[in-house]
Amino acid sequence: MYVLIVGAGKVGWNLARELIGKGHELTVIENDQGRYATVEDELEHAVQYGDGSELWVLDRAGIERADMVIAVTGDDEDNILICQVAREKYGVERVIARCNNPRNLQHFELLGIKPAVSATDLILRLIEHEVPQYGPLHLLDLPQERLEIIELEVAPDSAAAGHIVKDLGLPNGSLVIAIMRDGTGFVPLADSMIEAGDEVLLVLDTGLEDRVAARFQSPNASGEAA
Amino acid sequence: MFVLIVGCGRVGSTVAKSMLADGHDVSILDEDPEAIAMLERGSQQSWEESGGTFTVGTAIEMDALVEAGIERADAFVASTDGDNTNLVIAQIAQRRFNVPKVVVRVLDPARAKWYGEQGLQTICPTAVAIDMLTEAVRETAA
Repeated sequence: MYVLIVGAGKVGWNLARELIGKGHELTVIENDQGRYATVEDELEHAVQYGDGSELWVLDRAGIERADMVIAVTGDDEDNILICQVAREKYGVERVIARCNNPRNLQHFELLGIKPAVSATDLILRLIEHEVPQYGPLHLLDLPQERLEIIELEVAPDSAAAGHIVKDLGLPNGSLVIAIMRDGTGFVPLADSMIEAGDEVLLVLDTGLEDRVAARFQSPNASGEAA
Repeated sequence: MFVLIVGCGRVGSTVAKSMLADGHDVSILDEDPEAIAMLERGSQQSWEESGGTFTVGTAIEMDALVEAGIERADAFVASTDGDNTNLVIAQIAQRRFNVPKVVVRVLDPARAKWYGEQGLQTICPTAVAIDMLTEAVRETAA
């Protein structure tokens, strides 16, 4: 696979190392001369100097034959532009963008740049995961397929606690796919018991989240999920 | 009409003053609070006394765009010093806020041309200068 990486910061450089290690061909584009010189010592011909949002720089780096373009500069506008041009002008099918400020994720979304990866957002999700009481945690959203996978903690006074899976009264279009208890997880059967304090993973159709979450939360805390 | 201009440099501030003089409502957004001086240069009145609005904020921040009035803008001018910033905020104005008239300053002729073909109204000062300079030299040769 031929991969074009724009931005040779920590993310870009380490990605390049890993991908070269896996046997992929790649070019990294870096705009800062000092940084370029540093990275060039190691990556040699695999790094090119230039502004990766300039079309001629992308042309020179062989974007026409790229299987994937990864924009990981420290500037969200640049990353959006690079991915937009890669996909819409050069027909690159797979793009990945780094989103530095999670508040900009909506712009990536609006312009169809996906996946957009935000380290801040990922860390925020991990923090949420560590907090004992939380609303549904979105593990995976597939808006096109209209599916999502969420994780919930079972509150002691919830409708679900102490019931087996088939008696949970979940709406059609939702399914418990895993139960996590005491540090291990298992795939439940219809007669598996849900206990207070369990973490359950569910796959569900978009739009069912509130109804599903209500079964696992304390009746008094239903507003918290929103 | 209500005009929102993002980027209060030489270009943005001058366009803002012209639009205000034409009797339009003008709001300008810039991340530098000092940039308002560009609007008041050579004027006895402050920009706000003249009837303009000035908002301090980052161009790409949704809150700043909303505070500056993007939701009710009839026209949107992207004139920051970053081509990519201009192209992104112009598309936000066009696609999210359905601003009827969106104009983008893009210094790089290649990006201006391609985005122009995609339906954005791009203005490329570099391309204009190239044409004028070339023409001026040709006139001498003729």
